[in-house]
Amino acid sequence: MSAAEFNVPATLSRRSFLQLSAAAGGGFLLGLYEPGAMFAQRPGALSLVPNSFIRISPDGTITLKARNAEIGQGVRTSLPMMIAEELDADWAHVRIEQADYNEALYGGQSSGGSTSTPNAWQPLRRIGAAGRELLVTAAAEMWGVPASECSTEPSRVLHKASGRSSGYGELADRAAKLTPPALDKVTLKDPKDYRIIGTSRINVDARTIATGKPIFGIDTELPGMLHAVIERCPVFGGTVRSFNEAEIAKLPGVKHVLSIEPTLSQDAVLPNESGLEPGVAIIATTWWQAQQARKALKIDWDFGSGSTQSSDGFAKQAAATLAKPPVNTLRVDGDVDAALTSAHKVVEADYTFPFLAHGTLEPMGTTAQFKDGKMEIWTQSQNPAPGAAAVRKTLGIADGDLTVHMIRAGGGFGRRLMNDYMLEAGYLAKKLGGPIKLTWSREDDFTHDSYRAAGYMNLKAGLDADGKVVAWRQHHVTFGDGARFAAGSAVGADEFPAGRVASYGLYRSPIPLRLRTGWLRAPGANAFCWVGQSFLDELATAAGRDPLDVQLEVLSNTLIDNPKVPPSRNPAAILIPERLKAVLEMVAEKSDWRKRTKQPGRGMGIAAYFCHLGYFAEVADVSVDARNRVTVHTIWASGDVGSQIINPRAAENQCYGGIMEGLSMLQQEVTLVDGKVQQTNYPQHPLLRLRQAPKIELYFCKTDYSPTGLGEPTLPPALPAVTNAIFAATGKRIRTLPLQKSGFSLA
Amino acid sequence: MAFKLQINKQQKTVDAAGDTPLLWALRDVLLLKGTKYGCGVGYCGACTVLLDGRPVRSCQTTLADVGDSAITTIEGLATSDLLSPVQQAWVDLDVAQCGYCQAGQIIAATALLAKTPQPTDAQIDAAMSTNLCRCGTYTRIREAIHHAAGSIGGAK
Ligand code: FES
Ligand code: FES
Repeated sequence: MSAAEFNVPATLSRRSFLQLSAAAGGGFLLGLYEPGAMFAQRPGALSLVPNSFIRISPDGTITLKARNAEIGQGVRTSLPMMIAEELDADWAHVRIEQADYNEALYGGQSSGGSTSTPNAWQPLRRIGAAGRELLVTAAAEMWGVPASECSTEPSRVLHKASGRSSGYGELADRAAKLTPPALDKVTLKDPKDYRIIGTSRINVDARTIATGKPIFGIDTELPGMLHAVIERCPVFGGTVRSFNEAEIAKLPGVKHVLSIEPTLSQDAVLPNESGLEPGVAIIATTWWQAQQARKALKIDWDFGSGSTQSSDGFAKQAAATLAKPPVNTLRVDGDVDAALTSAHKVVEADYTFPFLAHGTLEPMGTTAQFKDGKMEIWTQSQNPAPGAAAVRKTLGIADGDLTVHMIRAGGGFGRRLMNDYMLEAGYLAKKLGGPIKLTWSREDDFTHDSYRAAGYMNLKAGLDADGKVVAWRQHHVTFGDGARFAAGSAVGADEFPAGRVASYGLYRSPIPLRLRTGWLRAPGANAFCWVGQSFLDELATAAGRDPLDVQLEVLSNTLIDNPKVPPSRNPAAILIPERLKAVLEMVAEKSDWRKRTKQPGRGMGIAAYFCHLGYFAEVADVSVDARNRVTVHTIWASGDVGSQIINPRAAENQCYGGIMEGLSMLQQEVTLVDGKVQQTNYPQHPLLRLRQAPKIELYFCKTDYSPTGLGEPTLPPALPAVTNAIFAATGKRIRTLPLQKSGFSLA
Repeated sequence: MAFKLQINKQQKTVDAAGDTPLLWALRDVLLLKGTKYGCGVGYCGACTVLLDGRPVRSCQTTLADVGDSAITTIEGLATSDLLSPVQQAWVDLDVAQCGYCQAGQIIAATALLAKTPQPTDAQIDAAMSTNLCRCGTYTRIREAIHHAAGSIGGAK
């Protein structure tokens, strides 16, 4: 059955209005359009758009569209739960359908920055409520009673006075003929009446996953499909001079060999774009054949200027840069140098963190087919918009000639915000027709990532005679060319404790880089929180005070209004100190922080952070053996992400995952020698193992704020909570990551 | 070369080079996509299958290595609509995040429970620590194994 369906823009505006239509084959369809966006994209398309968020069939099946990319964060379940709640649907009647990429119809479809939940909270609930209102009206008309006398139970409308009731499926046809309500007029439920939001619902794909059904991008299978691999230059920015094409073409299974015409910009700082990298593509009947043929490749590379880069070189450049006056001033309050000179006590430290890879367990890849001038793509991207734009622009595909199917990804973590693999697959399909499935090898993935940028920080702070923090100066050396910074690398002017220390200076200086960088889960925060919260712990130690007290005190300082600092675009992105203080107090209480005792080889550490609209405080309990091997026993985490936890067990999964990833990061690094990434597979960039996974105690501090996401904010505090605990256990301060560089390891 | 394989209680013939890893024969020739490629070097466990009931890395097992051994993949655990106890525990406890490692995890847990029906946390740690999960589902994996075993989770 091809049914007309229903769509909603990402952000509800006053101009959004509902469109209702009958489904082919019977049933109910409710459309929501924003005229501006619709007309701009598809003139005259307002009459009927074959996509929707809700479809109710006469048999009572309720089909809800999943809008965002599913990368393991559970949005295919939690976002439809918002619609189902206000629709008052019986969850057992709900089916989920994945939307294709079409932001004109659905609004933003990216999954990143923990934004899916906050962006969906208003529109998706309102669309559900509008659907419920229509069904109630239909029933009231049918029974000749006022709508106000009718109520709903899951998937049924009731008229209690007369004892009549009717299922949603039976009402669907009738409801389809009504005029839909204005979205800003619909009545939303009182949260105390929620039946779905706040109750745990099993991931809608749990069974498919547990039975090994094809569901991931890498599982895509099309008739006549060939498999592609690409050998890219081991040095970013290098190019192909020549290669043994004739020899490779003769190998078993090989169908095509070709050199890719690169489009990736060769700037000193590679920008965040999905350009084609230079390389040689081998297309064969099976992936293994393509991969085997690759072993016989002999490519004469021109490595270019990137081959002079090394991690040791960066460290030397960074040290030299830190010794000089900073290039950019991000924020200055008071006279920080004078305050440091007159401080009772001054603490200074250098912190260093490495480049990191994402290493999603499903490697990068995409399947593409180009036929009769039309490009069809099956991609495991978490952010298809820039990829689609790159395909259109780079490959000259017209808007209407591109279809992008959003397929579940085996992990995203920010790597799939980039779409280089999508463009590569599209490129091969454009040349060869296809269908072609491109699958990166694990080694490709580690050596051609968009890395979390390394960074080097110098911090200097002053304490007064009471042990209060009175001055804080922080200089961050990262990568860029002065005007631009490498993606995801630069600290921002609102970095904690900016604005809460009377004399404060935050500075930034760039050193050059030829390497692609990008966003890794809790970007920025995953490094800066570790530095700031470790240094705060150092200050507390120097003052002989509890780090919790020092942090609460800093958070209690009145925010300094600095007219030179541009206000945040999103008011929700401004730290509310009471929320962070509350989660700190909560985690302290749950972990018995204030009653902790001193024991050799065992210690507790505390850290807190606000990022991606979420507030988390964490305490780690660790022991360290004679060989400096660290066991993390327990992590207590308390968080505030607003008034509702949409899907509690799934929310816990996200929190566990963020904390585990923080622990993995403690032992990972990517290094460069002669411009080449040295870590080619997991053994050199290790993940936490099950036996190393701590017990996690998780507590939510519910507040009246609108719900926000959980993909990221648990991660950052995990790192400093553990390194501060290592300090408590051993007296050794970890200022360089990974742990191995400081003489420690995870047991 | 043609290899006769016994997979999930069925006879299959695979025509491929003898050094082809079982993983790629399963995925690209037999179109059994449940077994996953993670590292390709025997390290992550995403490709775990059972060979005569023993968990092995299918990325490190060639077609020539398989011989007469019976292969069980994730697709072979459920009988029609009835999930195996381990699969059911995985669903009930909502273990998966991205889900990509979970076929390997479920196979490894199935092998563990076949040998040790009531594993302690220490036994779970020992059996499951070579199956990596990038999403950090370890807490739930422990719970699900205890759940499948019908036992109560002991403290670590
Ligand atoms: S893919 Fe075989 S062990 Fe990782
Ligand atoms: S669930 Fe994503 S790798 Fe395990």
